Amino acid sequence: MYDIKGYFDAETVSEATALLADNPNLKLIAGGTDVLIKMHGGQLEDAELLSLRKIKSLENIHVAEDGTIIIGAMATFSMIFHNPILKDLIPILTEAAISMGGPQIRNIATIGGNVCNGATSADSASSLFALNAQLRLQDKNGERVVPIREFYLGPGKVALNPGEILTEILIGPKDYQGFGGQYIKFAMREAMDIATLGVAVVCKVQSGNFEEVRIGLGVAGPTPLRCLEAEEYAKGKKITSETLAEIGKLAVKSAKARTSWRASKEYREHLVEELTQRALKIAVVNAGGAEVV
Amino acid sequence: MFKRIAFTVNGKAYNFEVDVRESLLDVLRSHLGFTGAKQGCGVGECGACSVLIDGVPYDTCIYLAVWADGKDIKTIEGVAEKNGELSDVQKAFVEEGAVQCGFCTPGLVLTTTALKESGKDYTREELKRELSGHLCRCTGYQSILKAAEKSLEGHVCTCVDSPHYKGK
Repeated sequence: MYDIKGYFDAETVSEATALLADNPNLKLIAGGTDVLIKMHGGQLEDAELLSLRKIKSLENIHVAEDGTIIIGAMATFSMIFHNPILKDLIPILTEAAISMGGPQIRNIATIGGNVCNGATSADSASSLFALNAQLRLQDKNGERVVPIREFYLGPGKVALNPGEILTEILIGPKDYQGFGGQYIKFAMREAMDIATLGVAVVCKVQSGNFEEVRIGLGVAGPTPLRCLEAEEYAKGKKITSETLAEIGKLAVKSAKARTSWRASKEYREHLVEELTQRALKIAVVNAGGAEVV
Repeated sequence: MFKRIAFTVNGKAYNFEVDVRESLLDVLRSHLGFTGAKQGCGVGECGACSVLIDGVPYDTCIYLAVWADGKDIKTIEGVAEKNGELSDVQKAFVEEGAVQCGFCTPGLVLTTTALKESGKDYTREELKRELSGHLCRCTGYQSILKAAEKSLEGHVCTCVDSPHYKGK
Protein backbone atom coordinates (compact mmCIF):
# COMPACT_ATOMS: atom_id res chain seq x y z
CA MET A 1 0.00 0.00 0.00
CA TYR A 2 1.10 3.52 -0.70
CA ASP A 3 1.94 5.87 2.15
CA ILE A 4 -1.06 8.16 1.52
CA LYS A 5 -2.52 10.11 4.41
CA GLY A 6 -5.21 12.00 2.54
CA TYR A 7 -6.66 12.03 -0.95
CA PHE A 8 -8.64 14.78 -2.67
CA ASP A 9 -10.15 15.02 -6.14
CA ALA A 10 -10.64 18.31 -7.95
CA GLU A 11 -13.07 18.51 -10.86
CA THR A 12 -12.09 21.98 -12.07
CA VAL A 13 -8.94 24.11 -11.97
CA SER A 14 -10.58 26.65 -9.64
CA GLU A 15 -11.58 23.86 -7.28
CA ALA A 16 -7.99 22.58 -7.32
CA THR A 17 -6.46 26.01 -6.67
CA ALA A 18 -8.95 26.61 -3.84
CA LEU A 19 -8.08 23.28 -2.20
CA LEU A 20 -4.40 24.02 -2.65
CA ALA A 21 -4.76 27.48 -1.11
CA ASP A 22 -6.46 25.95 1.95
CA ASN A 23 -3.84 23.27 2.37
CA PRO A 24 -0.40 24.05 0.92
CA ASN A 25 0.85 20.61 2.00
CA LEU A 26 -1.15 18.91 -0.73
CA LYS A 27 1.01 17.09 -3.23
CA LEU A 28 -0.33 17.32 -6.78
CA ILE A 29 -0.73 14.05 -8.62
CA ALA A 30 -1.42 13.75 -12.35
CA GLY A 31 -0.51 10.41 -13.98
CA GLY A 32 1.30 9.24 -10.87
CA THR A 33 4.21 7.68 -12.77
CA ASP A 34 6.68 9.81 -10.81
CA VAL A 35 4.77 10.50 -7.57
CA LEU A 36 3.78 6.88 -6.89
CA ILE A 37 7.27 5.63 -7.79
CA LYS A 38 8.74 8.07 -5.26
CA MET A 39 6.33 6.76 -2.62
CA HIS A 40 7.23 3.19 -3.52
CA GLY A 41 10.89 4.09 -2.99
CA GLY A 42 10.21 5.79 0.34
CA GLN A 43 11.17 9.26 -0.91
CA LEU A 44 7.70 10.62 -0.27
CA GLU A 45 5.94 9.76 2.99
CA ASP A 46 2.61 10.56 4.61
CA ALA A 47 1.43 12.21 1.42
CA GLU A 48 -1.75 14.21 1.13
CA LEU A 49 -2.60 13.98 -2.54
CA LEU A 50 -4.60 16.34 -4.68
CA SER A 51 -5.50 14.52 -7.88
CA LEU A 52 -5.98 16.50 -11.09
CA ARG A 53 -7.19 13.45 -13.01
CA LYS A 54 -10.83 14.51 -13.12
CA ILE A 55 -10.09 17.92 -14.66
CA LYS A 56 -10.86 16.97 -18.25
CA SER A 57 -10.43 20.55 -19.52
CA LEU A 58 -6.69 20.18 -18.91
CA GLU A 59 -6.42 17.38 -21.50
CA ASN A 60 -7.25 19.70 -24.37
CA ILE A 61 -4.75 20.16 -27.22
CA HIS A 62 -5.54 22.88 -29.76
CA VAL A 63 -4.24 25.82 -31.77
CA ALA A 64 -5.49 29.28 -30.87
CA GLU A 65 -6.53 31.79 -33.53
CA ASP A 66 -3.18 33.57 -33.39
CA GLY A 67 -1.39 30.27 -34.10
CA THR A 68 -0.30 29.56 -30.52
CA ILE A 69 -0.24 25.82 -29.80
CA ILE A 70 -1.89 25.11 -26.45
CA ILE A 71 -1.29 21.78 -24.74
CA GLY A 72 -3.23 21.06 -21.56
CA ALA A 73 -0.99 19.94 -18.71
CA MET A 74 -2.98 16.72 -18.26
CA ALA A 75 -2.49 15.59 -21.88
CA THR A 76 -0.84 12.18 -21.76
CA PHE A 77 2.18 11.22 -23.84
CA SER A 78 -0.10 8.92 -25.88
CA MET A 79 -2.47 11.81 -26.59
CA ILE A 80 0.45 13.97 -27.66
CA PHE A 81 1.94 11.32 -29.92
CA HIS A 82 -1.40 10.56 -31.59
CA ASN A 83 -2.41 14.21 -32.01
CA PRO A 84 -2.39 14.99 -35.76
CA ILE A 85 -1.96 18.76 -35.21
CA LEU A 86 1.15 18.34 -33.06
CA LYS A 87 2.55 15.70 -35.43
CA ASP A 88 2.21 18.17 -38.27
CA LEU A 89 3.35 21.37 -36.54
CA ILE A 90 5.90 20.29 -33.92
CA PRO A 91 7.02 16.70 -34.64
CA ILE A 92 10.02 17.09 -32.32
CA LEU A 93 7.56 16.99 -29.43
CA THR A 94 5.55 14.00 -30.69
CA GLU A 95 8.81 12.10 -31.33
CA ALA A 96 9.95 12.90 -27.80
CA ALA A 97 6.58 11.72 -26.49
CA ILE A 98 6.80 8.32 -28.17
CA SER A 99 10.35 7.82 -26.90
CA MET A 100 9.21 8.00 -23.27
CA GLY A 101 8.76 4.84 -21.19
CA GLY A 102 6.53 2.14 -22.67
CA PRO A 103 2.94 2.14 -23.93
CA GLN A 104 1.26 1.66 -20.54
CA ILE A 105 3.30 4.53 -19.06
CA ARG A 106 2.56 6.80 -22.03
CA ASN A 107 -1.15 6.06 -21.59
CA ILE A 108 -1.17 7.73 -18.18
CA ALA A 109 1.93 9.91 -17.76
CA THR A 110 1.19 13.57 -18.49
CA ILE A 111 3.32 16.29 -20.04
CA GLY A 112 2.53 18.63 -17.14
CA GLY A 113 3.75 16.06 -14.65
CA ASN A 114 6.85 15.46 -16.73
CA VAL A 115 7.70 19.18 -16.62
CA CYS A 116 6.79 19.74 -12.94
CA ASN A 117 8.81 16.74 -11.80
CA GLY A 118 11.84 18.85 -12.71
CA ALA A 119 14.06 16.06 -14.03
CA THR A 120 16.79 16.93 -16.51
CA SER A 121 15.99 13.61 -18.20
CA ALA A 122 12.33 14.53 -18.80
CA ASP A 123 11.79 13.33 -22.35
CA SER A 124 9.60 16.29 -23.27
CA ALA A 125 12.01 18.89 -21.88
CA SER A 126 14.65 19.24 -24.60
CA SER A 127 11.93 19.69 -27.25
CA LEU A 128 10.01 22.18 -25.11
CA PHE A 129 13.25 24.13 -24.54
CA ALA A 130 14.05 24.18 -28.27
CA LEU A 131 10.47 25.32 -28.97
CA ASN A 132 10.71 28.18 -26.44
CA ALA A 133 7.64 26.86 -24.64
CA GLN A 134 5.82 29.07 -22.12
CA LEU A 135 4.05 27.68 -19.08
CA ARG A 136 0.74 28.99 -17.77
CA LEU A 137 0.62 28.72 -13.98
CA GLN A 138 -2.56 29.35 -12.05
CA ASP A 139 -3.30 29.90 -8.39
CA LYS A 140 -6.34 31.05 -6.45
CA ASN A 141 -5.69 34.71 -7.22
CA GLY A 142 -4.83 34.57 -10.89
CA GLU A 143 -2.28 33.31 -13.37
CA ARG A 144 1.14 34.05 -14.80
CA VAL A 145 3.08 32.83 -17.81
CA VAL A 146 6.72 31.75 -17.40
CA PRO A 147 9.24 30.74 -20.09
CA ILE A 148 10.24 27.11 -19.57
CA ARG A 149 13.91 28.14 -19.27
CA GLU A 150 13.06 30.06 -16.10
CA PHE A 151 10.96 27.22 -14.71
CA TYR A 152 13.67 24.63 -14.11
CA LEU A 153 15.68 25.72 -11.05
CA GLY A 154 17.69 22.59 -10.26
CA PRO A 155 17.39 18.82 -10.10
CA GLY A 156 13.75 18.13 -9.11
CA LYS A 157 13.21 21.84 -8.41
CA VAL A 158 10.84 24.00 -10.42
CA ALA A 159 9.52 27.54 -10.05
CA LEU A 160 6.05 26.47 -9.02
CA ASN A 161 5.02 28.69 -6.10
CA PRO A 162 2.97 27.23 -3.24
CA GLY A 163 -0.65 27.13 -4.39
CA GLU A 164 0.18 27.10 -8.10
CA ILE A 165 -0.82 24.56 -10.73
CA LEU A 166 0.63 24.22 -14.23
CA THR A 167 -2.40 24.37 -16.51
CA GLU A 168 -1.11 24.83 -20.05
CA ILE A 169 2.00 24.66 -22.18
CA LEU A 170 2.08 27.31 -24.90
CA ILE A 171 4.17 27.43 -28.06
CA GLY A 172 3.90 30.69 -29.95
CA PRO A 173 3.68 30.83 -33.78
CA LYS A 174 6.98 32.72 -34.14
CA ASP A 175 8.71 29.88 -32.32
CA TYR A 176 7.63 27.05 -34.63
CA GLN A 177 6.29 28.42 -37.95
CA GLY A 178 8.86 28.08 -40.71
CA PHE A 179 11.15 25.92 -38.57
CA GLY A 180 12.34 22.39 -39.27
CA GLY A 181 13.39 20.25 -36.34
CA GLN A 182 14.73 16.93 -35.16
CA TYR A 183 14.76 15.09 -31.83
CA ILE A 184 17.24 12.40 -30.87
CA LYS A 185 17.01 10.38 -27.69
CA PHE A 186 20.18 8.51 -26.93
CA ALA A 187 19.66 5.61 -24.54
CA MET A 188 20.91 2.08 -24.07
CA ARG A 189 17.55 0.53 -25.01
CA GLU A 190 14.92 1.54 -27.53
CA ALA A 191 12.10 1.44 -24.97
CA MET A 192 11.60 1.71 -21.22
CA ASP A 193 14.82 3.62 -20.69
CA ILE A 194 15.97 6.94 -19.32
CA ALA A 195 17.89 9.08 -21.79
CA THR A 196 21.66 9.24 -21.60
CA LEU A 197 21.21 12.40 -23.62
CA GLY A 198 18.25 14.09 -25.27
CA VAL A 199 18.82 16.52 -28.13
CA ALA A 200 16.15 18.65 -29.78
CA VAL A 201 16.97 21.20 -32.44
CA VAL A 202 14.94 23.53 -34.61
CA CYS A 203 16.24 25.76 -37.38
CA LYS A 204 15.11 28.22 -39.99
CA VAL A 205 16.93 28.23 -43.29
CA GLN A 206 17.29 31.14 -45.74
CA SER A 207 19.09 30.61 -49.09
CA GLY A 208 21.67 28.19 -47.73
CA ASN A 209 22.25 30.05 -44.46
CA PHE A 210 20.99 29.48 -40.94
CA GLU A 211 18.53 32.23 -40.11
CA GLU A 212 17.91 30.92 -36.62
CA VAL A 213 18.90 27.81 -34.64
CA ARG A 214 17.72 26.67 -31.23
CA ILE A 215 19.23 23.70 -29.42
CA GLY A 216 17.67 22.09 -26.35
CA LEU A 217 19.57 19.44 -24.37
CA GLY A 218 18.37 17.06 -21.68
CA VAL A 219 20.70 15.22 -19.26
CA ALA A 220 23.55 17.52 -20.32
CA GLY A 221 23.38 19.36 -16.98
CA PRO A 222 21.40 19.49 -13.72
CA THR A 223 18.44 20.90 -15.66
CA PRO A 224 17.50 20.81 -19.34
CA LEU A 225 19.31 23.66 -21.09
CA ARG A 226 19.74 25.66 -24.26
CA CYS A 227 23.02 26.11 -26.14
CA LEU A 228 22.91 29.88 -26.52
CA GLU A 229 26.51 30.34 -27.60
CA ALA A 230 26.16 27.82 -30.42
CA GLU A 231 22.82 29.34 -31.43
CA GLU A 232 24.30 32.84 -31.60
CA TYR A 233 27.24 31.58 -33.66
CA ALA A 234 24.94 29.83 -36.14
CA LYS A 235 22.94 32.95 -36.99
CA GLY A 236 23.51 33.91 -40.63
CA LYS A 237 26.23 31.29 -41.18
CA LYS A 238 26.39 29.29 -44.37
CA ILE A 239 25.17 25.74 -43.79
CA THR A 240 28.27 23.60 -44.23
CA SER A 241 29.74 20.66 -42.37
CA GLU A 242 32.35 23.06 -40.95
CA THR A 243 29.62 25.29 -39.51
CA LEU A 244 27.90 22.24 -38.03
CA ALA A 245 31.17 21.04 -36.51
CA GLU A 246 31.69 24.42 -34.83
CA ILE A 247 28.09 24.43 -33.56
CA GLY A 248 28.72 20.98 -32.07
CA LYS A 249 31.86 22.23 -30.29
CA LEU A 250 30.11 25.32 -28.95
CA ALA A 251 27.15 23.23 -27.76
CA VAL A 252 29.54 21.34 -25.46
CA LYS A 253 30.48 24.69 -23.87
CA SER A 254 26.89 25.25 -22.75
CA ALA A 255 26.55 21.72 -21.42
CA LYS A 256 27.32 21.02 -17.79
CA ALA A 257 27.55 17.28 -18.14
CA ARG A 258 28.57 15.13 -15.21
CA THR A 259 29.52 11.56 -14.64
CA SER A 260 26.71 9.28 -13.51
CA TRP A 261 26.38 5.53 -13.59
CA ARG A 262 24.67 5.90 -16.97
CA ALA A 263 27.59 7.61 -18.68
CA SER A 264 30.78 9.55 -17.97
CA LYS A 265 31.06 13.31 -18.40
CA GLU A 266 33.45 12.83 -21.32
CA TYR A 267 31.10 10.42 -23.08
CA ARG A 268 28.14 12.76 -22.63
CA GLU A 269 30.15 15.69 -24.03
CA HIS A 270 31.07 13.58 -27.02
CA LEU A 271 27.37 12.80 -27.48
CA VAL A 272 26.46 16.51 -27.27
CA GLU A 273 28.98 17.41 -29.96
CA GLU A 274 28.04 14.55 -32.29
CA LEU A 275 24.27 14.36 -31.84
CA THR A 276 23.75 18.13 -32.12
CA GLN A 277 25.30 17.93 -35.58
CA ARG A 278 23.34 14.83 -36.58
CA ALA A 279 20.08 16.38 -35.42
CA LEU A 280 20.83 19.65 -37.22
CA LYS A 281 21.62 17.87 -40.48
CA ILE A 282 18.13 16.37 -40.51
CA ALA A 283 16.52 19.57 -39.19
CA VAL A 284 18.01 21.53 -42.10
CA VAL A 285 16.35 19.18 -44.59
CA ASN A 286 13.08 19.35 -42.61
CA ALA A 287 13.32 23.15 -42.80
CA GLY A 288 13.54 22.99 -46.58
CA GLY A 289 17.32 23.35 -46.88
CA ALA A 290 19.70 21.23 -48.93
CA GLU A 291 21.26 18.13 -47.45
CA VAL A 292 24.69 18.77 -45.89
CA VAL A 293 27.24 16.27 -47.15
CA MET B 1 -9.27 6.99 4.45
CA PHE B 2 -11.84 5.19 2.32
CA LYS B 3 -13.70 6.16 -0.82
CA ARG B 4 -16.69 4.48 -2.41
CA ILE B 5 -16.19 3.62 -6.07
CA ALA B 6 -18.19 1.80 -8.72
CA PHE B 7 -16.65 -0.03 -11.66
CA THR B 8 -17.02 -3.19 -13.72
CA VAL B 9 -14.55 -6.04 -14.07
CA ASN B 10 -15.09 -8.41 -17.00
CA GLY B 11 -18.65 -7.15 -17.33
CA LYS B 12 -19.60 -7.59 -13.68
CA ALA B 13 -20.45 -4.46 -11.68
CA TYR B 14 -18.78 -3.76 -8.33
CA ASN B 15 -19.52 -1.03 -5.82
CA PHE B 16 -17.56 -0.84 -2.61
CA GLU B 17 -15.25 1.23 -0.45
CA VAL B 18 -11.56 1.15 -1.23
CA ASP B 19 -8.68 2.32 0.91
CA VAL B 20 -7.14 5.34 -0.88
CA ARG B 21 -3.71 3.82 -0.24
CA GLU B 22 -4.44 0.79 -2.39
CA SER B 23 -3.41 0.28 -5.98
CA LEU B 24 -5.88 -1.17 -8.44
CA LEU B 25 -3.65 -4.26 -8.47
CA ASP B 26 -4.16 -4.68 -4.70
CA VAL B 27 -7.92 -4.49 -5.16
CA LEU B 28 -8.04 -6.83 -8.15
CA ARG B 29 -5.85 -9.48 -6.55
CA SER B 30 -6.58 -9.30 -2.83
CA HIS B 31 -10.23 -8.28 -2.69
CA LEU B 32 -11.69 -9.58 -5.94
CA GLY B 33 -9.47 -12.60 -6.58
CA PHE B 34 -8.37 -11.66 -10.10
CA THR B 35 -4.91 -13.09 -9.58
CA GLY B 36 -4.22 -13.22 -13.31
CA ALA B 37 -2.83 -9.71 -12.90
CA LYS B 38 0.66 -10.24 -11.46
CA GLN B 39 2.76 -8.14 -9.16
CA GLY B 40 6.17 -7.90 -10.82
CA CYS B 41 8.38 -4.85 -10.45
CA GLY B 42 5.80 -2.69 -8.66
CA VAL B 43 7.01 0.45 -10.45
CA GLY B 44 5.37 0.25 -13.86
CA GLU B 45 8.24 -1.20 -15.82
CA CYS B 46 7.53 -4.89 -16.36
CA GLY B 47 3.87 -4.90 -17.43
CA ALA B 48 2.96 -8.08 -15.51
CA CYS B 49 0.14 -6.19 -13.77
CA SER B 50 -1.32 -4.66 -16.94
CA VAL B 51 -5.07 -4.79 -17.48
CA LEU B 52 -7.35 -2.99 -19.93
CA ILE B 53 -9.17 0.03 -18.52
CA ASP B 54 -11.80 1.26 -20.97
CA GLY B 55 -9.96 -0.83 -23.55
CA VAL B 56 -6.52 0.72 -22.96
CA PRO B 57 -3.59 -1.06 -21.28
CA TYR B 58 -2.44 0.40 -17.95
CA ASP B 59 -0.04 -0.85 -15.28
CA THR B 60 -2.28 -1.40 -12.26
CA CYS B 61 0.57 -1.41 -9.72
CA ILE B 62 0.89 2.36 -10.23
CA TYR B 63 -2.81 3.03 -10.78
CA LEU B 64 -4.62 4.04 -7.60
CA ALA B 65 -7.76 2.03 -6.95
CA VAL B 66 -9.82 5.23 -6.50
CA TRP B 67 -9.05 6.13 -10.12
CA ALA B 68 -11.05 3.10 -11.27
CA ASP B 69 -14.30 4.82 -10.34
CA GLY B 70 -16.65 4.59 -13.32
CA LYS B 71 -14.23 2.50 -15.37
CA ASP B 72 -14.72 -0.68 -17.34
CA ILE B 73 -11.89 -3.11 -16.56
CA LYS B 74 -10.88 -6.26 -18.38
CA THR B 75 -8.47 -8.74 -16.82
CA ILE B 76 -7.09 -11.95 -18.30
CA GLU B 77 -9.93 -13.84 -16.60
CA GLY B 78 -12.37 -12.05 -18.91
CA VAL B 79 -10.63 -12.74 -22.22
CA ALA B 80 -11.81 -16.29 -23.00
CA GLU B 81 -15.39 -17.07 -24.03
CA LYS B 82 -17.87 -17.87 -21.28
CA ASN B 83 -17.85 -21.54 -22.35
CA GLY B 84 -14.11 -21.64 -21.76
CA GLU B 85 -13.05 -21.43 -25.38
CA LEU B 86 -9.86 -19.41 -25.76
CA SER B 87 -9.89 -16.10 -27.66
CA ASP B 88 -8.04 -15.83 -30.98
CA VAL B 89 -5.20 -14.00 -29.23
CA GLN B 90 -4.89 -16.70 -26.57
CA LYS B 91 -4.96 -19.41 -29.24
CA ALA B 92 -2.19 -17.63 -31.14
CA PHE B 93 -0.03 -17.49 -27.99
CA VAL B 94 -0.54 -21.23 -27.45
CA GLU B 95 0.08 -22.14 -31.07
CA GLU B 96 3.28 -20.10 -31.29
CA GLY B 97 4.62 -21.42 -27.98
CA ALA B 98 4.73 -17.85 -26.67
CA VAL B 99 4.11 -18.98 -23.08
CA GLN B 100 6.80 -20.38 -20.84
CA CYS B 101 6.68 -19.49 -17.15
CA GLY B 102 3.52 -17.51 -17.86
CA PHE B 103 4.16 -14.52 -15.62
CA CYS B 104 4.17 -11.96 -18.47
CA THR B 105 1.46 -13.73 -20.46
CA PRO B 106 -1.69 -12.11 -19.02
CA GLY B 107 -0.34 -8.62 -19.71
CA LEU B 108 0.88 -9.49 -23.19
CA VAL B 109 -2.39 -11.18 -24.13
CA LEU B 110 -4.36 -8.15 -22.90
CA THR B 111 -2.20 -5.62 -24.75
CA THR B 112 -2.39 -7.74 -27.91
CA THR B 113 -6.18 -7.94 -27.43
CA ALA B 114 -6.32 -4.14 -27.25
CA LEU B 115 -4.27 -3.87 -30.45
CA LYS B 116 -6.58 -6.33 -32.20
CA GLU B 117 -9.69 -4.52 -31.01
CA SER B 118 -8.31 -1.17 -32.19
CA GLY B 119 -8.80 -2.41 -35.77
CA LYS B 120 -5.68 -0.48 -36.79
CA ASP B 121 -2.87 -1.76 -38.98
CA TYR B 122 0.61 -2.17 -37.53
CA THR B 123 4.05 -2.73 -38.95
CA ARG B 124 6.34 -5.20 -37.24
CA GLU B 125 8.29 -2.29 -35.75
CA GLU B 126 5.13 -0.65 -34.43
CA LEU B 127 4.07 -3.97 -32.91
CA LYS B 128 7.40 -4.27 -31.12
CA ARG B 129 6.94 -0.76 -29.80
CA GLU B 130 3.40 -1.48 -28.60
CA LEU B 131 4.58 -4.62 -26.78
CA SER B 132 7.67 -2.96 -25.29
CA GLY B 133 6.00 -2.32 -21.94
CA HIS B 134 6.04 -6.05 -21.13
CA LEU B 135 9.19 -7.79 -19.97
CA CYS B 136 9.58 -11.50 -20.66
CA ARG B 137 12.60 -13.30 -19.22
CA CYS B 138 11.89 -16.69 -20.85
CA THR B 139 11.08 -16.52 -24.51
CA GLY B 140 13.45 -13.99 -26.07
CA TYR B 141 10.31 -12.33 -27.52
CA GLN B 142 10.40 -13.94 -30.98
CA SER B 143 7.54 -16.32 -30.26
CA ILE B 144 5.57 -13.53 -28.59
CA LEU B 145 6.01 -11.28 -31.61
CA LYS B 146 4.91 -14.15 -33.88
CA ALA B 147 1.86 -14.73 -31.69
CA ALA B 148 0.98 -11.04 -31.82
CA GLU B 149 1.37 -11.01 -35.60
CA LYS B 150 -0.83 -14.08 -35.87
CA SER B 151 -3.43 -12.44 -33.63
CA LEU B 152 -3.49 -9.38 -35.87
CA GLU B 153 -3.58 -11.32 -39.13
CA GLY B 154 -4.56 -8.99 -41.95
CA HIS B 155 -3.52 -5.98 -39.91
CA VAL B 156 0.24 -6.43 -39.97
CA CYS B 157 2.16 -5.19 -42.93
CA THR B 158 5.85 -5.24 -43.69
CA CYS B 159 5.65 -4.98 -47.48
CA VAL B 160 7.41 -2.13 -49.27
CA ASP B 161 4.28 -0.67 -50.86
CA SER B 162 2.49 -0.43 -47.51
CA PRO B 163 1.78 3.06 -46.22
CA HIS B 164 3.38 1.83 -43.00
CA TYR B 165 6.64 0.87 -44.63
CA LYS B 166 9.48 2.83 -43.05
CA GLY B 167 12.51 0.67 -43.80
CA LYS B 168 15.29 1.17 -46.32
